Amino acid sequence: MKYNYRYILLSFLVCAAAACSKDNYKAPASILKGRLMYKGDSIGVERNQVSLQLYQYGFGKVGAINGNFSQDGLYSFSLFDGDYKLIIPNGQGPFLWKLDAHGNPDSLSVTLRGSQTLDLEVTPYYMLNGATITGGGGAVAANFSVEKVITDPAVAKDVERVNLYINKTQFVSGADNIAKAEMAGADITDPSHVSLNVTVPATYPAQNYVYARVGLKIKDVEDMIFTPVTKVQF
Amino acid sequence: MNVSKKHIFLAALTLVVSLSGCKKDSDFLENPPNSIVPTETVFSDPALVLSVLGNLYNRQLAFSNFDQGWGSFADFSESFISDDGAYGIVQNTGWGYGSWGVNWKDAYTYIRELNLFIERDSASTKLTAADKARFNAEGRFLRANYYFELTKRYGGVPLILHSETYDYKGDPTYLQHPRAKESDMYDFIISEAEAIKDQLPADQNDKSRASKAAALAMEARAALYAGSIAKYGASTPGVALPGGEVGIPSSKANDYYQKALTAAQTIINGGAGVYKLYKVLPDLSDNFAAIFTDKSSVNQESIFITDYKALSGKTHGFTTNNQPFSITDEPDDAGRIDPSLNLVESFEKLDNTFAPIPTVDGGGNPIYYTHPQDIFDNRDARLKGTVMIPFDTASPYRFKGAVVDIWAGLKMPDGVVITSGNAADQVEYPANSGKKYTAVGKDGPINGVRYHTQTGFYIRKFLDPTIGSGRRGRGSDVPWIHYRLGEVLLNAAEAAFELGDPGTAAGYINLVRQRAGFTTDLTDAQITFDRIVHERRVELAFEGHILYDMRRWRLATKVWDGTETTLSDLKSNIGKADKRSTQPWGLWPYKVYNPGQANDGKWYFQEVLPSKVTGKNRFTLGNYYTFIGDDVRAANPKIVKQPNQ
Repeated sequence: MKYNYRYILLSFLVCAAAACSKDNYKAPASILKGRLMYKGDSIGVERNQVSLQLYQYGFGKVGAINGNFSQDGLYSFSLFDGDYKLIIPNGQGPFLWKLDAHGNPDSLSVTLRGSQTLDLEVTPYYMLNGATITGGGGAVAANFSVEKVITDPAVAKDVERVNLYINKTQFVSGADNIAKAEMAGADITDPSHVSLNVTVPATYPAQNYVYARVGLKIKDVEDMIFTPVTKVQF
Repeated sequence: MNVSKKHIFLAALTLVVSLSGCKKDSDFLENPPNSIVPTETVFSDPALVLSVLGNLYNRQLAFSNFDQGWGSFADFSESFISDDGAYGIVQNTGWGYGSWGVNWKDAYTYIRELNLFIERDSASTKLTAADKARFNAEGRFLRANYYFELTKRYGGVPLILHSETYDYKGDPTYLQHPRAKESDMYDFIISEAEAIKDQLPADQNDKSRASKAAALAMEARAALYAGSIAKYGASTPGVALPGGEVGIPSSKANDYYQKALTAAQTIINGGAGVYKLYKVLPDLSDNFAAIFTDKSSVNQESIFITDYKALSGKTHGFTTNNQPFSITDEPDDAGRIDPSLNLVESFEKLDNTFAPIPTVDGGGNPIYYTHPQDIFDNRDARLKGTVMIPFDTASPYRFKGAVVDIWAGLKMPDGVVITSGNAADQVEYPANSGKKYTAVGKDGPINGVRYHTQTGFYIRKFLDPTIGSGRRGRGSDVPWIHYRLGEVLLNAAEAAFELGDPGTAAGYINLVRQRAGFTTDLTDAQITFDRIVHERRVELAFEGHILYDMRRWRLATKVWDGTETTLSDLKSNIGKADKRSTQPWGLWPYKVYNPGQANDGKWYFQEVLPSKVTGKNRFTLGNYYTFIGDDVRAANPKIVKQPNQ
């Protein structure tokens, strides 16, 4: 059989020409990001445990674009420009999100034209203030105060417990820790002066620092509220 | 060729063609189809109705069942999975909101076909009244039982009780139904059971078709679920919807518990046929294992089963997938479900106390045992009936005539433990000495080696002792038991306990415990919530109950709380309802090689977290009710979202 190289060449040309056509959307390039805030303070949560949802009208996709907050309370989405509605689903987070008359999460309209930063103002049940976390003598100590933010008896909730967590990596929470100290909510006598101590276990490989933060568990609320992560050197 | 004969042939052919052409075209189009049996024909003959019904029976839903395979028995730290493709089960840190869901399109197709079946049976004029009534009751039983399965997963779902047809006019809104209340779902199941129970045979030998006892067992379980959701739902106020699609008011708890107790007592007291706890074999562990394999009329414990038949095409591969590696009938197919130490240690000692498996003495030194099975002595007989523990030839136990060979390493005279990454491997020790020792048992345990145990245990429940049952070609025909008397007794005990009658509860629980070898009955005062939870866990292990039990008691978020299960967690609080169990531990046996010394040939044990276990089970509030797909909610906006998702 004799190859006709002109046909082969032609087929390459056709393929190359076909590939020239612009058949794809550009990747979404507008970034919507922000953080959970309460009166100028950021709210820490456990990573990947508190979710938020974006809805966009007018496309075939049904359901929400789901996202999660990082442990510092940050979120970000890469999106196409458009009009979105943002909610935090009921039962998510150690805070209250506004509800509509039917008890559904009230949505926040987001008009996205290019990247935007949108901080989400929420009302936490409690705040952890003035946390100082120090290390020494093979232990980590934390001092902080607990402020009850929501005092309306209809929605206010008790403290179930407070925890000091330490971890080898910067991810620190109830699920990610090498050691923890715990105090039940009922044992907190003076909410303005709470202190917790935890002994640092041997780590492998040994390191002369740990990451630590304090969390507060609210009764009947799944997600804990956390202070910012502190690197403790000793 | 003879010409005249040819002419005759042609003439005859012409005649045939012209005659057949005489038939009117319209007649031709009205030939009855020979590949479809019309509805009125089916519902004129009980045998044909039964074949339709057989299809509907085959499409039932159960959380764990043989048709869905071994994977539906795994998870929840009750077992470890020794299969390269399935380590995700022990490496995930939680479950998606959609876990344990079913495809709603398939589900409502099935419900529609059940509705059609019930309607067509009712409309039939040619069936006898007795046949019609029984078929009707069976259809309603399957429908109620299916709605029960949906309710366990989703809470309230649209309760469709008539077949519906789209009119193709472009507006389907009249087909969109909102979710019923969770309590309405349970009320429906209970009222259906009450309505049909007397149309069904009260015969203990009717096992693979619905019987009166099956309807009552369903009613008892459903009412118990509803009662506990009402009572314990109060501890998780966030898990509820304002419309009642999820959550039941706590004021209804007692009413449901009473219904559960009454229905269960009808079965127990012989009101639905003669049912008895299976007590046939002298060895109580063998006896317990045989409940699940004995299909003869001797077995009066099983109430409603999905049956299988060897060599008929309707078989399953549970034995193939889970038989011990060294005794397998099918090379390289074995040992997937390895029960965890978490489960094994929860089987009580025969003096009614809880204790960890004794691996070390008070000083922390290993305890040496003459035989590997000795460490499990004097425990609940159900342990060895549920789990295949390491045992040697001194044990009376055999599986298909053989013993298992489970040990993880050999302790040499100098204290060094030699082991290998290959089962039954010969290891040279000391290096270059020329002396070789078998360092690991044929069945493992070795981390990461599939189809060998990795926890030190194999499953025994449901394993078919019949010769050849482990071959893929033959398959096993062990039945799947949906309802059995053991569970009915525990349902009755729980309902009685919650109604404040520990005496009745103790009576029922002790029946189950005596069968497991306990000689000292529990007193009324010893019946606690922890006891109820514990008894169900050990009696009903791997029978598809643990997830829904933990959900309805709202214990799941405590037991699977996402933090690691340490060794001290493992060994403490055994028998407590909210004991943490987020990671499946193993118990690895080791042999001592020290000729001439007292410990030579003896065994010692170590608790081991299999190296593949890197995840920690985390059950969130959003997991209590399974996510309803966006596609479902987009097609029917009346469906409300689940809480906490």
